[in-house]
Amino acid sequence: MGVKLKFGILILEGPYQHQSSDSAYNFAIAALEKGHEVSGVFLYNDGVNNATSFGDPPQDDRNVQEKWSKLAQEKGIDIVVCIAAGKRRGLIDDNLIKGTRISGLGQLTDLAISTDRLVTFGD
Amino acid sequence: MANPEEIEESSDEIVKKMMFVMRKAPHGTINPYEGLEVMLIVAAYDQDLSAVFLDDGVYAIKKGQDPKEIGVKDFSTTFRVLPGYGIEKIYVEKESLENRGLTVEDLLLEVEVVDKSEVTKLMQEQDVLFPF
Repeated sequence: MGVKLKFGILILEGPYQHQSSDSAYNFAIAALEKGHEVSGVFLYNDGVNNATSFGDPPQDDRNVQEKWSKLAQEKGIDIVVCIAAGKRRGLIDDNLIKGTRISGLGQLTDLAISTDRLVTFGD
Repeated sequence: MANPEEIEESSDEIVKKMMFVMRKAPHGTINPYEGLEVMLIVAAYDQDLSAVFLDDGVYAIKKGQDPKEIGVKDFSTTFRVLPGYGIEKIYVEKESLENRGLTVEDLLLEVEVVDKSEVTKLMQEQDVLFPF
């Protein structure tokens, strides 16, 4: 294969209302399949809603939050919810999907510095 | 596999060119406000930072904002601290200003006015773009 890259992913929109989160997920899967590394995912703006454990979509639809949770646990990908954006929107430790954690914007900065590409998914 | 301490040490020395791209009106979405919060945090990391205001984003730094009547906090004046935080390269797209009947006199920050092609060139030079 070609050059192996380290990707960071920034998601700015919540699930369902916008396609950003689905696209980011598909991007992460494709990058991993091609042998690249996904160093981390940072959830900001309404993107923090991708980590709520309160989601319960109809059974014939995808469960966006659950997909992220599985990816984090199965592939060991670090998914970080911004604490300030999360508090504004009611995302706290008690209602986070498994495999994600709450931290600060310093984590986003570290991701931007340490990866080869920071790819943003927003509206 | 490298020692994690070494990795941390080497990533401390990396200086990347990062640009904040502010494209939205100050109220209507939270993007400019939460974008500003990112600017203030990233500014603490000694990177090569800049910001560009374009499209309705030019309204975010318009003088004389008073959002009291819509029940929203006025954060516009906080943009004034950016140069003091090390974000000294602040650009505004010429076409965005002109299309909205604005001039640099209407802005609360000292900015460099650049045209669309210069904005493109500046973006191409960056390692990281933060679009808000």
